Amino acid sequence: MRAARANTLLLRTPEGVLFTLPLASPVSRFLAWIVDVACIATASGVVEKILGALGVINKGVANATYIVAYFVISIGYGIAFEWYWRGQTLGKRALRLRVMDEQALKLDFSQVVVRNLLRFIDAFPALYLVGGIASFASRRFQRLGDLAASTIVVRNPGTAQPDLQQLLGGKYNSLLEHRHLAARLRQRATPEAASVALEAVLRRDEFDPQARLQLFAELAEHFRSLVDFPPEIVEQLSDEQYVRNVVAILY
Amino acid sequence: MIIDLARFVAAERPYWAELEKTLERIERYPEQHLELDALLRFHELYERASADLAKIETFASEPELRRYLEDLVARAYGEIHETREKQRRLNLWRWFTETFPQAFRRRLRPFLLSAAVTVAGCLFGGMALHIDPDAKPVLMPFPNLNESPAERVHKEETASKDRLAGQKSTFAAELMTHNTQVAIFTMAMGITWGAGTAIALFYNGVILGAVGYDYIAGGQTPFLLGWLLPHGAVEIPSILLGGQAGFLLAGALIGWGSRKTRRDRLREISRDLVTIIFGAALLLVWAGIVESFFSQYHQPVIPYALKIAFGLTELVVLAIFLARSGRRAR
Repeated sequence: MRAARANTLLLRTPEGVLFTLPLASPVSRFLAWIVDVACIATASGVVEKILGALGVINKGVANATYIVAYFVISIGYGIAFEWYWRGQTLGKRALRLRVMDEQALKLDFSQVVVRNLLRFIDAFPALYLVGGIASFASRRFQRLGDLAASTIVVRNPGTAQPDLQQLLGGKYNSLLEHRHLAARLRQRATPEAASVALEAVLRRDEFDPQARLQLFAELAEHFRSLVDFPPEIVEQLSDEQYVRNVVAILY
Repeated sequence: MIIDLARFVAAERPYWAELEKTLERIERYPEQHLELDALLRFHELYERASADLAKIETFASEPELRRYLEDLVARAYGEIHETREKQRRLNLWRWFTETFPQAFRRRLRPFLLSAAVTVAGCLFGGMALHIDPDAKPVLMPFPNLNESPAERVHKEETASKDRLAGQKSTFAAELMTHNTQVAIFTMAMGITWGAGTAIALFYNGVILGAVGYDYIAGGQTPFLLGWLLPHGAVEIPSILLGGQAGFLLAGALIGWGSRKTRRDRLREISRDLVTIIFGAALLLVWAGIVESFFSQYHQPVIPYALKIAFGLTELVVLAIFLARSGRRAR
């Protein structure tokens, strides 16, 4: 196991398979923490309101319950969520981060507890200054709690199976009428360019309209420069449709 | 240049879905064991997904599919290559009466070190106050401790009003949470290779030693014991348990005389560390209740002999519990 790049952890299984884990930067972790702080404040506020109503009956018991409840929520929030959601709190889930064992083994409950209790030191003196410095100094962006618990925080891009139907759905592809040109395109297109085009098509709905037009225009221009398809076939195609047809040929 | 992705995905998708389903089951019910056939199938699916990942990396640069497979392989890898014993569902009574005292005994040396540092602090605090009585506000930076012991005892014994009336529950909650924070902080300071833990324990000891000397020298030993023993008999050992956990963490970080990696050493102690600190937190709940509802009431309301007897009983029961409870359990 080694750090492949500054923000990636590369692991090799005993079977010889390599896989990478994209490490979460201290900045994204800080943002997740802000979301978590907001959640803790909200939960505490709700408990305070409920106990405030009960305070009419017995103020002392209501106060005591609030003090204990706030303590349990502030410490237990991270432990409970990271354990039940396999390394995610609400903040981490919102920012698509996940706590993992640093060797990608199963996250143990004791690891979750240790990394959360060490927040007492990481948060010192304020705003996670100690933890932030430790994260920036660490090769794997680990704060002190992560070092003690042997954990890392990774970016979790989601585990849904990729939807290839939108490319491979059997739609008519005019470029395939000229099979020799399609073969030439396969030969000349680099894997990197093919990958960029595929990503662009799969994520096209995530782009702003202007960025989408510009991206597909640039990609179409690149692929048009590789192979000259007859004008009567391509002139009716928008840049985006052209790139989709190219991707369907390449894949 | 590229494998036929459509055919590849269509052929492999059922296996990935099956692996995902198995993983979900394992993750949702960690206490359940897979049957041998299911285990073999799980391993086969893991190897198949690993091989698919290798193919994707070699023949196609498709990042979304690769990420999906990496995630799947990583999850399965974590399950298959994890060698620690699976965690059982928590049985609180069994955990408290067996797991906790067993962990305490297994890690006795850090506890003894924790106690030694505190005792050294006590001796230092007592000596310092003996040599320089003017240092009292520095050694005991609490306003209610800065008056003379005799004055305080007189005030407490002649008090006509219950100063905690209506606030006992709140006071108990404040004590519980504050003392638990101190115990956790003492443990967490173990990350400084134990230096922070030692300083925290020594400082606690200094205050305790100075207070003890002040009251004993002032001829108020019965009051001191009656005031401190009922809750201190549990509270002080709980802070020592925090120190034990801190030194345990420090020992694993430093790794003197061990050939294991830092990671392996930390993995080895992490469960005991968590057990000890949770045990300390639970004991501090009791200490908080006793301090608020019992320790703050003095003679003539509660005779000192009764308070001292109560404190000593707690101390003996705690010692027997930590030394013997769960010995017969596996």
